[in-house]
Amino acid sequence: MENTNREIAIKMTGVKKKYRLGQIGGGTLQADLQSWWAKLRGKEDPNSKIGQEQRLVGQTFMALNGIDLTIYKGEAVGIIGTNGAGKSTLLKLLSRVTAPTEGEIDIYGRIASMLEVGTGFSPEMTGRENVYMNGAILGMTKAEIDAKMEDIIEFSEVRDFIDTPVKRYSSGMYVKLAFSVAAHLDSEIMIMDEVLAVGDMAFQRKCLTKMKEAATQQGRTVLYVSHNMNTIRQLCERCIVLDKGRVIFEGDVEEAIGVYLGSHSKSGSFLSLETLPRDQEFNNPSVNMTAFSIHNSEDSIFTVGSTMDCSFVINSSCNIEKTYCRIIIKSADGLPVTMTTASDSFPLRSDSKNTIKMRVDISSLVPGRYTISPVFYELNEFGGYNNLDGLKEMYCFEVATVPGFNNNMEWQTNFWGHFCVNPIQFVE
Amino acid sequence: MSNEAQQYHTHITSEHKWFDLKLKEVWQYKDLIVLFTKRSFVLKYKQTVLGPAWLFLNPIMTSLIYTFVFGGIAGIETDGVPQILFYLGGNAIWTFFSTCLTSNANAFIANSAVFGKVYFPRLTTPVSNVLSSVVQFGIQMILVLAFLIYYVATGAVHPNWLSWLLIPVVLLNLGIMGLGCGIIISSLTTKYRDLSILVSFGVSLWMYATPIVYPISQIDNELFRTILMINPATAPIELFRYALLGQGTISIPSLIFSWVFTIAVAVLGIMVFNKVEKTFMDTV
Repeated sequence: MENTNREIAIKMTGVKKKYRLGQIGGGTLQADLQSWWAKLRGKEDPNSKIGQEQRLVGQTFMALNGIDLTIYKGEAVGIIGTNGAGKSTLLKLLSRVTAPTEGEIDIYGRIASMLEVGTGFSPEMTGRENVYMNGAILGMTKAEIDAKMEDIIEFSEVRDFIDTPVKRYSSGMYVKLAFSVAAHLDSEIMIMDEVLAVGDMAFQRKCLTKMKEAATQQGRTVLYVSHNMNTIRQLCERCIVLDKGRVIFEGDVEEAIGVYLGSHSKSGSFLSLETLPRDQEFNNPSVNMTAFSIHNSEDSIFTVGSTMDCSFVINSSCNIEKTYCRIIIKSADGLPVTMTTASDSFPLRSDSKNTIKMRVDISSLVPGRYTISPVFYELNEFGGYNNLDGLKEMYCFEVATVPGFNNNMEWQTNFWGHFCVNPIQFVE
Repeated sequence: MSNEAQQYHTHITSEHKWFDLKLKEVWQYKDLIVLFTKRSFVLKYKQTVLGPAWLFLNPIMTSLIYTFVFGGIAGIETDGVPQILFYLGGNAIWTFFSTCLTSNANAFIANSAVFGKVYFPRLTTPVSNVLSSVVQFGIQMILVLAFLIYYVATGAVHPNWLSWLLIPVVLLNLGIMGLGCGIIISSLTTKYRDLSILVSFGVSLWMYATPIVYPISQIDNELFRTILMINPATAPIELFRYALLGQGTISIPSLIFSWVFTIAVAVLGIMVFNKVEKTFMDTV
């Protein structure tokens, strides 16, 4: 393999990061001294909460649980994973904001990290002053910044405002300037954590091009974290999927995205929903979806033009007369494609099992991977609505192409979107 | 390119080397220190009407209050030195020391937003805090000089001009001492917020235990005199006053003690600071 003689940029071996759950310390010196004094005399800690199980006290959480990674020079590597998978912790360790609990990291080269917009910007100072400041924080000397100043201002597109205090900037201008500084650093490694989310489309494209150029032409290493699979696709040639503090996949971008979505939403013809975590808005204790089944596909693959026959089992602790349902369909990279709703309502009974069978029309979806997010809600007599239960990206399925679809050409979602209407008819 | 990459090799482990003070790295970031120092001045007086005039107004008002309270009401003798000059000088040097201490005492918490996002040698912030205190002291000294020239002309004071060469040494002594104490406190406040409340109280207590608003000669009580002598800030401040006003006592053993204390507290401070800096983001 040619990989073996490539230069290493970052090497991580057995890296772990442990956080303590709950309050760290007593928060105050007095409380800590009290706990310490009690421990010394073998008494019970006066600061432990009453009724709390003792084994929970001092429980720890492994944000990173043994990461082994090698990243080579000149690579553009994407890092994806669900919230809480450890992406940000990983970047924090690499940018030396905090230290690992265990393990070793070797970094060959200087690191420019852009973990958030406008790191170290002082609102009262002008754009130009902040460029100096930011550059110096990232490790440039004044002479280096002077030499790059023109390029930075040019790239940032905020020339007219460069001598205005940045507190008067829009958030877009902020990012543009901040990105420009980081992009023009003479660093060997660039770390980006969703910094592009704020800039406009044109600037995002410009940044991606710039980063790609940095990796391919200048031999710099780029680490990019994003939930936006499209930018990952455009920029990265390799991708790492994190889940629960471990690397679960490392390699090809498309495969990685598949793995990420797989780890994220469950597939199969039956799903138990009872224990899946709900978002805040769906935290209604009285209504709970417990199961989901698919009746017309075993392996979660549908063909273009088909429908999805499925059913939900819902437990309810009260009778609800008018329950409505909505299903949001999202593409693999999390962008909403469309939504469908039932025009009829159904009642929920507290004394019996509610099984709701439904047929969802997915015939217009083009080949690709999708997720569905169901929401059940009630409408009250005043027309207001109230969410009963819902799950984001609950079920993941694939739409496969059929012979003759799109004249047997591969459908390119980047250009054509996710939705197909009926074919063109030639008319007289 | 390979050599270049090797040059910037960073090795991160969970272990901590206590005796690696990382001063070399701080030196590499000297441009950042200068910028931080500049910023602290630019920001302090932005959007104020009087702007940098506050640099003069503050010490004048404080000294006038001291003159009124300690000189006028309490009637403390100042060993024949004009009272306003006595308090202006004392105030300048004490402000220098106390800002070194208090500005560093919350170094971690005040900068947690930046510290949490990007790495640079954290010690640059305390160092720049001390530097901006030096500049502030310099500006205050202009004021002191204006009064001094007037009183020298009228023959009321006789400064030891040659000893003025020792003022930088005094600044170094007090600056490093303030930095050391400050960063120890800031390292502890990442976990215990209580300390930051204690600091302002502690500093004003320390001021009264230091001959700032009174000369040593006014203290007859044995106990108080011992406290004054143990206080490591006394000797450098007496030295300063000796140079400035030609009055005061220089005690070489006290000076040596003060320096030993200063170096010990600074080394300990930097060690603790470097230890805390690695993971303080998890607890702050």
